[in-house]
Amino acid sequence: MDLSLLERFDKDNVVVEKLDTLINWSRANSQWYFQFGLACCAIEMMAAAAPRHDLERFGAMPRASPRQSDVMIVAGTVTLKMAERVKRLYEQMSDPKYVISMGSCANSGGPYWQHGYHVLKGVDLVVPVDVYVPGCPPRPEALLQGLLELQKKIMTETPLRKQVV
Amino acid sequence: MDTTLDKSIVNIDEMVLNMGPQHPSTHGVLRLKIHTDGEVVSKIEPVIGYLHRCFEKHCENLSYEQIVPFADRCDYLASMHMDHAYSIAVEKLLDIELPERVEYIRVIVAELQRIASHLVAIGTFGLDVGAITPFTWTIRDRERVLDLFEALCGARLLYNYIWPGGVSHDLSPKFIQRTQEFLDYFETQIFEYNELLTGNKIFIERTADVGVMPADVGMNFGVTGPSLRGSGVDYDLRKTEPYSIYNKFDFNVPVGEGKMGTVGDCWDRYWVRMVEMEESIKIIRQAMASLPDGDVHAAMPKKIRPTKGNVYSRYESARGDVGIYIQSNGKNIPLRLKMRSPAFCNLSVLGEIGEGWMISDVITILGSLDIVLGEIDR
Amino acid sequence: MGSKQIFEVISSIKGVDLNLESEFISVSSVSLLEVAEKFKNDTTLDFDFLMCITALDDGNSKIFTVVYNFHSNKNNHSIEVRVSITDGEDVPSLAGIWKTADWHEREAYDMMGINFSGHPELKRILLPEDWEGFPLRKNYEVADYYHGVPIPKDKSYWE
Repeated sequence: MDLSLLERFDKDNVVVEKLDTLINWSRANSQWYFQFGLACCAIEMMAAAAPRHDLERFGAMPRASPRQSDVMIVAGTVTLKMAERVKRLYEQMSDPKYVISMGSCANSGGPYWQHGYHVLKGVDLVVPVDVYVPGCPPRPEALLQGLLELQKKIMTETPLRKQVV
Repeated sequence: MDTTLDKSIVNIDEMVLNMGPQHPSTHGVLRLKIHTDGEVVSKIEPVIGYLHRCFEKHCENLSYEQIVPFADRCDYLASMHMDHAYSIAVEKLLDIELPERVEYIRVIVAELQRIASHLVAIGTFGLDVGAITPFTWTIRDRERVLDLFEALCGARLLYNYIWPGGVSHDLSPKFIQRTQEFLDYFETQIFEYNELLTGNKIFIERTADVGVMPADVGMNFGVTGPSLRGSGVDYDLRKTEPYSIYNKFDFNVPVGEGKMGTVGDCWDRYWVRMVEMEESIKIIRQAMASLPDGDVHAAMPKKIRPTKGNVYSRYESARGDVGIYIQSNGKNIPLRLKMRSPAFCNLSVLGEIGEGWMISDVITILGSLDIVLGEIDR
Repeated sequence: MGSKQIFEVISSIKGVDLNLESEFISVSSVSLLEVAEKFKNDTTLDFDFLMCITALDDGNSKIFTVVYNFHSNKNNHSIEVRVSITDGEDVPSLAGIWKTADWHEREAYDMMGINFSGHPELKRILLPEDWEGFPLRKNYEVADYYHGVPIPKDKSYWE
């Protein structure tokens, strides 16, 4: 849709739209994120939630429990000791769930890829990732763009029809 | 009426509560195994290692210049201090003399970093106790310090700025003026923080007399930094063994006196951090007033190849006493590098001073110790 | 006090030696506990801080050195003590005298495999409990898998 949903209400008071789009629109604009801050990227995630680069104006609220959140932002280095816990927390989230991998360490091991014997080389070895945000650490604006890309991805989903894989 | 519990019917057992690696108040990936008797804690066992990133193994495979970004990422809230500590250790092995301008720039940048790190400590401490507004205010003011750093070297959090032999870039033309504007603004803000938290009755009830750490217990466990100064011990490396040019500046070292409760409680540790920020402002103003000219790259060696030998150098970072032990065999790659992090020893005292308090007090005590898991696990 | 005067206070104990050029005292592992107690209790020395315990490998993982750095707050002096042992030999633990040694010795055991006798609870601290091998030894080889997760060693994994 080229005009956003709220703007179309101004003209007519009645809007006709596919049910798929309405469900996607409501899901995309209220993604409650699971604050899974591990290392330096967690500080930039905190800064993204702070007054200057407000994350909450996009509908994203921090939640501490995996059962109440939609998207898990893995921010920081995942070590082998922590990898099993990441998997367990991901399985505790309820559908529909998404994962944003923030920072080089979560994307592919980061600066520790070569000699790190205890570093997991990319969190996509244990959980399926939807959006990768590069940077070391990525600026809060980059995390905001990652969230917007996720919103675009959610708008293309088809929740009512069964997916044929 | 007899009100004693009949042990044949009622079963009283100890409960083991797991504050797992993922928790909003543990300042990182820390696991606490808490044995409780109801709500009162009887034993705390911290489990660490969830962020062990093999820093020391990397140091055995990279050259001295390449280690600086890795040292940044150890204590990510005070990365200028880590760079500075590492550079001082390597310069002791190289035995070079730095230009005056480099030393003054390093002091200005280190004290600005101390302000930024204490702001995060105070903001998250307020968040642990239940106050959300101080967190938003301190992070907002910290963004101004990060703006200054971004104009200086291009990065917001991990700077890679202080190299062995000098600094990577000279000061930008408007840096001094912008810093002075920031300091004038920040002094009024400290007054507002004191209004909000320091004299607040609820904050005092939550933190005064909680988690008292006697001075000899602290020293036996190796606690250093503001956590030890809160217990009344006057130990600051910038005064007792001055490195760089700290002996030229006039500043005080705040020490906890038990104003609101016992000496060495959580309120004292918070109070030491607040006053330290004011002292840092004094040092920055003195340094900027007498900043000499010069070339910052004059003493930088083309290739760092120290003499054979071992060195142990100590540095006062925002959290305490950082020790760097380097064993060099004459090549351009260290043979062994060990970093003694202050938060490692600060956390080990939690098992001792946390016993006998309630579970929510444990979170207050943990917040007042100001730990960063990146430097504990390295 | 300089390192020479500090050495004079403990020179009566067997197995101690002063290296004046690099300013450290080498102690044999059997007399370490006696030296440590003298450091803590003697009023002229009064070392109340044990700053750091470092474990060094000589290059072949045959001879290890444990380095202790002490500091005194009252008298404002520091000293470095080194203990050399072969692979498999024990070092007495200082955890009863300075509680700092508790976690530092656990880390030295975890990373280098040095055994400290008399430690209250010597187990791994940074790595998981079921990790095999001691990573900071020079002859350490990284395993290929850990609990089913691959540990890539070079770029060929991503190509």
